[in-house]
Amino acid sequence: MIELKQVAIRSGSFSLNSVSFRVEAGQYAVLMGKTGMGKTTILEAICGLRRVASGSILIRSTDVTRWSPSDRQIGYVPQDLALFPTLNVREHFEFALRLRQASTMELKLRTAELSEVLGVSHLLERRIQGLSGGEAQRVALGRALAARPAVLLLDEPLSALDQATRNEMHEWLLKVKQATGVTTLHVTHNLEEAEALADRRLVLDKGTIVEQS
Amino acid sequence: MRTRPYSKRNWTVRGTICTQTGRLGGVGLMSESILEQSGQPTEFRTTELQQRRHADLPFFLVMGGLSATFVLLIVLLLTADLLFTSVADFKAALLRPEIQAAFRLTLLSCTVAALMSLWVATPLGYILARYRFPGRWLVDTLVDIPIILPPLVLGLSLLILFHLKLGDWELESFLRDRLGLPVTYQWPAVVLAQFTVACAFAVRTMRVTFEQINPRCEDVARTLGCSRSQAFLNIALPQAWRGMLTATTLAWARSLGEFGPIMVFAGATRMRTEVLSTSVFLELSVGQLDSAVAVSLLMVVMAIAVLLILRAVGARLQA
Repeated sequence: MIELKQVAIRSGSFSLNSVSFRVEAGQYAVLMGKTGMGKTTILEAICGLRRVASGSILIRSTDVTRWSPSDRQIGYVPQDLALFPTLNVREHFEFALRLRQASTMELKLRTAELSEVLGVSHLLERRIQGLSGGEAQRVALGRALAARPAVLLLDEPLSALDQATRNEMHEWLLKVKQATGVTTLHVTHNLEEAEALADRRLVLDKGTIVEQS
Repeated sequence: MRTRPYSKRNWTVRGTICTQTGRLGGVGLMSESILEQSGQPTEFRTTELQQRRHADLPFFLVMGGLSATFVLLIVLLLTADLLFTSVADFKAALLRPEIQAAFRLTLLSCTVAALMSLWVATPLGYILARYRFPGRWLVDTLVDIPIILPPLVLGLSLLILFHLKLGDWELESFLRDRLGLPVTYQWPAVVLAQFTVACAFAVRTMRVTFEQINPRCEDVARTLGCSRSQAFLNIALPQAWRGMLTATTLAWARSLGEFGPIMVFAGATRMRTEVLSTSVFLELSVGQLDSAVAVSLLMVVMAIAVLLILRAVGARLQA
């Protein structure tokens, strides 16, 4: 569950005042809105990467507003994916688990499970530089899901893909949704994407979140 | 310099591989109607092509000419040095014990100064690249001061710092009497003088290096469970190795060429604080021009050797 209560964020001349919404556990919510409205800012605030001026952020009913990003149990896929250039695909999947000192068996099992679900089993030893757009997206998704996060935040993950790859990624995201049931907040400005994936559609307009039927 | 001629090799038009001529002038061999339909240029005349190629000639002449001026200057300088000295002079200079001692101290002091510079420049470059904090502009300006300050002034400032009396307390006396580590006019002064300038260059390099690394990778690492230090060590630092090699090379080379601050702060005592840059000065001051040139050439060889070694290390790391 993700809940924002009267959250205000200020960054230079940009500000968001009193943003409130709630995504129930297991829901796949899509947050839409025009460019520059602050969708990414909201995701960064939920991650703990951006300071909140006032209000509170709850994950699994726990107030995490002042928590460090490392403690929030979040899987985050930014728009540019930010894959780690010095690691291969397997190391991306193992990254969060190694930080939690997972056993070798656990690393193997989880990597095998994720790579199976995401269809990247044949890419595990590859460096990320040689991956196609769709493959890179799936690796970023796997990296975010590896440690079984409480919530998954996707920031326009398909915006840089061609139509065919985008349709393919819709299928992968639906598969992940079914396989993990993780609470997801997916930011996009693509209506088609929202229709294909969302249980709920939220729209950010002039600093206010409204529900869209 | 020639521009690459247009080629129509492997032009597949309606499933047919067209005849290859390798030159634009031969395009006429292809079916014009097919080319028109496929949106390709219909006709190029040989004269037009020649004119296009020739139109680029002034560009290459100006760019190449200006670039060659500097490269030529370096080549001429080295050639002049080589012509001035002989193998016998070179050997004779290298066999002298004071030059050998200066060579050993130069290798040691430059390496220590370069490693110290990297040690300091990596965190400082990272902080300047990643964080906005009050007084950042001041830190940024202060870091550049050793670059813009006249070398003699820097040496003098170091000398004053170590001998400034604060009541009864003096830094040099404290280090000498309490810690048994005299600095002024000793070999540590050589390292410190080299480090002061070399580190400023290393900081600039590391700052640019970290600015070119996507900070979002560290953000994502933090959401995955990394602390700030883990994100720095596991994500940013492994991406910065090329910059670290460059910073080390630059700091080492800068240390090798350091002269003014060493003369003022460490002196040029033979067999004790003499490094190769001060050897050149000492040899010149006693009229030993042959020996001075031989030492200069030795420094050139050392600089090239270090550059090649670090490049080889870089290539191995990349592989």
